[in-house]
Amino acid sequence: MARETSSTDLLRFALLVCLSVALMIVDFRSQYAHHIRSTLALVVTPLQVVATLPQEIAERFNIWFISSEGLRGEHEELKTEYVKLRAKLQKLKALERENANLRHLLDAAETVPDRVLMAELIEVSLDPYTHKILVDKGLNDGAHIGQPVFDPRGVMGQITQVMPFTSAVTLITDPSHALPVKVQRNGIRAVAFGTGNADRVRIAYLSPNTDIRVDDVLLSSGLGGRFPAGYPVARVISVESDPGEAFLSIDAVPVAEIDRASQVLLVWRGVPKTIAPKQDVPRQGAVLTERENRQ
Amino acid sequence: MNQRVLVIATSFIISFLLILLPLPEWMSMYRPDWVVLVFIYWCLELPERVGPVAGWIVGLLVDVTQTSLLGLNALGLALVGYITNRFHHRLRMFPWWQQAVSVFFILLLYRALVGWIKGFIAPTYLDYTYWTPSLIGMIIWPWLFIVLRDAGRARRVR
Repeated sequence: MARETSSTDLLRFALLVCLSVALMIVDFRSQYAHHIRSTLALVVTPLQVVATLPQEIAERFNIWFISSEGLRGEHEELKTEYVKLRAKLQKLKALERENANLRHLLDAAETVPDRVLMAELIEVSLDPYTHKILVDKGLNDGAHIGQPVFDPRGVMGQITQVMPFTSAVTLITDPSHALPVKVQRNGIRAVAFGTGNADRVRIAYLSPNTDIRVDDVLLSSGLGGRFPAGYPVARVISVESDPGEAFLSIDAVPVAEIDRASQVLLVWRGVPKTIAPKQDVPRQGAVLTERENRQ
Repeated sequence: MNQRVLVIATSFIISFLLILLPLPEWMSMYRPDWVVLVFIYWCLELPERVGPVAGWIVGLLVDVTQTSLLGLNALGLALVGYITNRFHHRLRMFPWWQQAVSVFFILLLYRALVGWIKGFIAPTYLDYTYWTPSLIGMIIWPWLFIVLRDAGRARRVR
């Protein structure tokens, strides 16, 4: 039987190969394949939720063993932190006002506050050779491809795949990721490349006479148009100049807790007032805007 | 027949859960390709039904769970399905250890194809740890074979 059908088998296999290659090219080059992914995700997402259950049960179990003293201590700590942040925010508001006035005087474009949505990590294992995470907000919450993702400390990465209820975030440490940054101290522009190592990014293509030092903070420069400007990305830990090389070799540590964060923030770039706000308003979840914070 | 479909579906669901289960980073490097192993078993058991096309569909689901490029694992599993179907007469005649070694080579081929394409997409450094899951898959194979065979039999008896 196998001998009779072997040629049609081969033909069928060849067709599948062509189909796969076509699909891969479409998925790599464009965003059209995301419809297929979204449909298949309806099967996969429940499995992913089930796979996180053992860990969730373990966490629930752990709660039983948390002492009330510990909680009280933590509560106090958070309280003092809250007061401190509050005080900082006061100053920030004054600066913001001042900045807006100055910009107005200069006739420059107004900076627009970004809108933020909290997302939880879905702790499932993905391809161990890439740096990606899965979060529990997707198309239904208005997430979109290319959307920047932060943790409370700094830039985490960007969404590269959206499914109905989940999205995949490519982290800034993924070897395929590059992020335009600027040095906080003097505004020098550079690009931060992922290294595949969760606590390193590499700053490439800076000439040896560039003014960059250890402990310099790198902010997102907003130049690629994808990330909003001014969010902390990484801190420089080593600058090496090899006379034989055309560029400096610079290592930096991401400010965000790339491999430990369990909650992340999805950011929608602020839209200038003259343009109507986008339709993709999230339907659920805690939506914080800077404007709400101000009140 | 329905019973059999149930067994196949359950075995695949469990294999998907096994590749999704969060593990410490160093362990996840050695995680065997459970879905591929289960798929090879059904290719041998039901060669006239489970083949490259089924592999392709299962592979697409793997791509979505792993958030990898759509079509990557689909291509890999279609290849596995084709090869296993092609040689299923011989593979079924083999004693268990020889079968396990054959499975090792199929897993190796699958990893080679997937790793090769990954290298096109992004700079990936594949050292020897990349190949160890195939070895672990070979060690698991005889046990997996017995478990799935018995699961199938127990169902059919009823």
